[in-house]
Amino acid sequence: MKFWISMAVLGAAAFGLALSPVNEYFFYAAYVVLTYVVLATAWNILGGYAGYVNFGTPAFFGIGAYTAVLLFRWMQAPLALQIAAAALMGALLGFGVGMLTLRLRGIFFAIATVAVIFIMETLMINWRYVGGAQGLQLLRPDVTAPFATYTRMLFVLMVAMAIAGIAIARYIQDSWIGRGLRAVRDSEEAAEASGVPTLRLKLLACTVMGALMGAAGAPMPMYLSFIEPASTFNLSYTIGALGSAIIGGMSHWLGPIVGALLLGSLQQIITVTISGEVNVLIVGVLLVLFVVLAPQGLLGLVKRWLPFSR
Amino acid sequence: MKGSRRKVLKAGAALAAAGGFPYIARAQSGPVKIGMSMPQTGTLGAGGQAALLALRMWVDETNQKGGLLGRKIEFIVYDDQGNPANTPGIYTKLLDVDRVDLLIAPYATVPTAPIMPLVKERGLLLMGNFSFQVNAKVQHDMWFNNAPWNDARSWSEGFMRAGQKAGAKTIAFLAADQEFAQNLANGARELAKAANMKFVYDQNYPPATTDFSSLIRGIRAAKPEVVYCMSYPNDSVAIIRAVNEIGVGSQVQMFGGGMVGLQFTPIMTSLGSLLNGITNYNSYVPGMKYPGIDEFLARYAKRAQEAKVDPLGFYLPPFNYAIGQILEQAINATKSFEHKALAGWLRKSEVKTIVGPIRWDKNGEWANPRVVQAQFRGVVDKDLEQFRKPGKQVVIYPDEYKTGDAITPFEKARQAKA
Amino acid sequence: MIFSFDLLFEAILFGILLGCFYAAVSIGLSVSFGLLDVPHVAHPAIMVFGSYCTYIVAGWGLDPILSGVLLMPAFFVLGVLIYRFYYETFERRGADAAVRGLAFFFGLAFIIEVGLILGFGVDQRTVQAPYIGSSLALGEYRIPYRMLVAFGVALVLTLALTLYLSKTFTGRAIKAVAQDEPALRLMGANPVRIKQWAFGIATGVSALAGAMLIIIGPVEPALDRVYIGRTFCVVVLAGLGSMTGTLAAGLILGVAESLVLMFFGASWAPAVAFGLLLVVLGIRPQGLFGR
Repeated sequence: MKFWISMAVLGAAAFGLALSPVNEYFFYAAYVVLTYVVLATAWNILGGYAGYVNFGTPAFFGIGAYTAVLLFRWMQAPLALQIAAAALMGALLGFGVGMLTLRLRGIFFAIATVAVIFIMETLMINWRYVGGAQGLQLLRPDVTAPFATYTRMLFVLMVAMAIAGIAIARYIQDSWIGRGLRAVRDSEEAAEASGVPTLRLKLLACTVMGALMGAAGAPMPMYLSFIEPASTFNLSYTIGALGSAIIGGMSHWLGPIVGALLLGSLQQIITVTISGEVNVLIVGVLLVLFVVLAPQGLLGLVKRWLPFSR
Repeated sequence: MKGSRRKVLKAGAALAAAGGFPYIARAQSGPVKIGMSMPQTGTLGAGGQAALLALRMWVDETNQKGGLLGRKIEFIVYDDQGNPANTPGIYTKLLDVDRVDLLIAPYATVPTAPIMPLVKERGLLLMGNFSFQVNAKVQHDMWFNNAPWNDARSWSEGFMRAGQKAGAKTIAFLAADQEFAQNLANGARELAKAANMKFVYDQNYPPATTDFSSLIRGIRAAKPEVVYCMSYPNDSVAIIRAVNEIGVGSQVQMFGGGMVGLQFTPIMTSLGSLLNGITNYNSYVPGMKYPGIDEFLARYAKRAQEAKVDPLGFYLPPFNYAIGQILEQAINATKSFEHKALAGWLRKSEVKTIVGPIRWDKNGEWANPRVVQAQFRGVVDKDLEQFRKPGKQVVIYPDEYKTGDAITPFEKARQAKA
Repeated sequence: MIFSFDLLFEAILFGILLGCFYAAVSIGLSVSFGLLDVPHVAHPAIMVFGSYCTYIVAGWGLDPILSGVLLMPAFFVLGVLIYRFYYETFERRGADAAVRGLAFFFGLAFIIEVGLILGFGVDQRTVQAPYIGSSLALGEYRIPYRMLVAFGVALVLTLALTLYLSKTFTGRAIKAVAQDEPALRLMGANPVRIKQWAFGIATGVSALAGAMLIIIGPVEPALDRVYIGRTFCVVVLAGLGSMTGTLAAGLILGVAESLVLMFFGASWAPAVAFGLLLVVLGIRPQGLFGR
């Protein structure tokens, strides 16, 4: 109950913020940070709970973005429909990739997810209708009241999506699904031997992860008014999602949130003040530092003060 | 370095913004801020650096004369690396964090395309910078491009006519899959169809392609007589190297047409004799007369030497300097920095610049295109000075600047001494 | 698309040259991942780093291949250090280490890539050499010399490494440690030192692979991304631990890519390696010659 109350408060606060005269750029930057909250939370469902490292975040994110573009171009679909369709496509891709590769060892799964990124990117490069390698300019529809600009509306939308993603991750973590996934992470063979349906659980996690990542990708074309394959399928999403989860802490749903908020905000500030490259460098360095020195993440470091359901 | 103070200010602005300070209306005194991104690295970098120097020259000279309407210009530029993914973020930052008063587009089509919806939505004036048909789909009414072409016909006419004069009936298209090349290719295909030419090869390649030997092999096998390439600097260089490495066939009459980058001095010097025979577009070759351009080029050459960029500065710098001149005249005529007023004035006026008088059509492109097609002949390796004088690029079109006819076939032109 | 036997033959020929090159750049991964089980996704990044080092050394006037060879000892040491670090931090610590090991190497790859951007910018870099820019004319066919040089070096490298692993004592110890570590321990050899030596060799080889990379075409910092696909495709297709398999798999990939490039266009070619990788993982994960 506490959880839902705090989420409601957060949602209301975000809504209020969007109506206040805060500088426009805040919403522009915050949207990106919130995207990473959703991506990291989704990533953690398979990566943190089950121990299967997914490098292919851009593939799921990208299929969501391009589904949205397709629907927008074809029938001027409203954003809600774009997001729903994107989530569906992400789920299908997650299920498909899962079926193909979740039977293999960890590193093969990871490499297979990289392969999916490039294959998806090549497919989009060759599809003229959604822009091909050239990209597509998109004219946004007029923004609905009470929002002053489209970006503010997207900000509130992303907050809502983050809340939904967190709720899903929390549910999975506390339920029998989470227990099963943890069993897989700790020792897959032992879990199988005790009758845990490992493949089905992994598939479920992969599908849910795909759906959330696809949903997070859907508003991106509207956000930029432009889409093109190279930046949509960029490996920076991989390291952002994975890094946020590892730095925040992989064993609890709070971890990715903390990681994404900190990492994302740091990235935005550095991009504005120094450069886009230095920001990626810092993420890489932080990732390596945490992986080596603090594998339990920030949450692990403050373990004593948080209720863990381990 | 003056950059660091601005960085602190920006960080402060970002934090203040995050802290929720209310939106402050743009200042009516103090410097007038002009902002843009420019590809200073990446495939367009060599051209962008020269262009940027010309703009800085204009800013400095204008500030020495007292600025615009009595206010000094503060010029804010970022490097977009020629990457279209970077420009929406940069221009949003320019508008919402740097609070610029006026915008100039980045050099070239590819980085400009993504920001067209943004400026249209916010109703902002955007000064185009050498892009090709980037407003065609968006149809923004406050767009004014500075480039000597209008549509594909203005660009391709000279090239295709020279091919037809040599009796060519077959044509091959090789185009990068990006905004510029595709815009040009779409228009050029219409022209070729109208001229009843047979398409024997028509391929797009991803912009990141580095090895063209397979593509050139394919072109050779198709036996075209005209080969029309639309490429950006990195690919243009790679295509020319591949042509020199494995050859394109003896039946080719004309090769080139729309290869960006063969106008940048560093690339011209590094390719040297590999350029011979190629017929390509340009905006200015030595010998062409515009009021004030020789004097500008002399001033430019001095500054280019200090800044270590393109010492000749023929292709982009005059046009970028002219963008400054256009803004200046519009602001002085309307006595304001207000976008709608400026756009209204530009729409109906003729502006005199160092690249000649300019008038715009309803799409924001030059009403009177002036693209030159020229063939490289007799170029030697490792010699920059040879390009300073007329002669190495023989202008074959349009008639008012013509200095000779194209030598065909392509192989013969490659061997020609002049 | 036009089809002719001439074109087909040229495509296959080009594919064989390219394929041998792919085998040579993957052979380091064959050792580090195939034999030593290290999730080395940073292997292509180190190779690109090798290309940039070659660019610098060749800039002093040396031939690029020579530059690559001169860099090999330095890269060997680099490899030893990386393995040592990896072993101490991850391999010893059990369970979670798989995730962490992968994340570590991925982070390392990113750091290398961004480091190159900060150091060299995003511009493409090339080297000059007498054999770059001209081709061998065989009747109607034209074979670029740079491909022939890369092919030659690649062949020598692959054969040398294969012979090393099967004929010398250390080489066989490396293969043994991959197959049966406890037995090796019982025989008195120190498996960690052997693995570290092997990783060093794999990294040293990457220096020369990087030199070939910049000879074949221009390099830029993000080039490692597409090579993750190519190298892992070759290694998985070969079957973990098989050196001769690496050559065969490389040739298959090279020819496949060349044919796709010729007949389906340049926009499909980047997906060939990754697609082939997924197919192999789906149908026969142990590869052609896997153990």
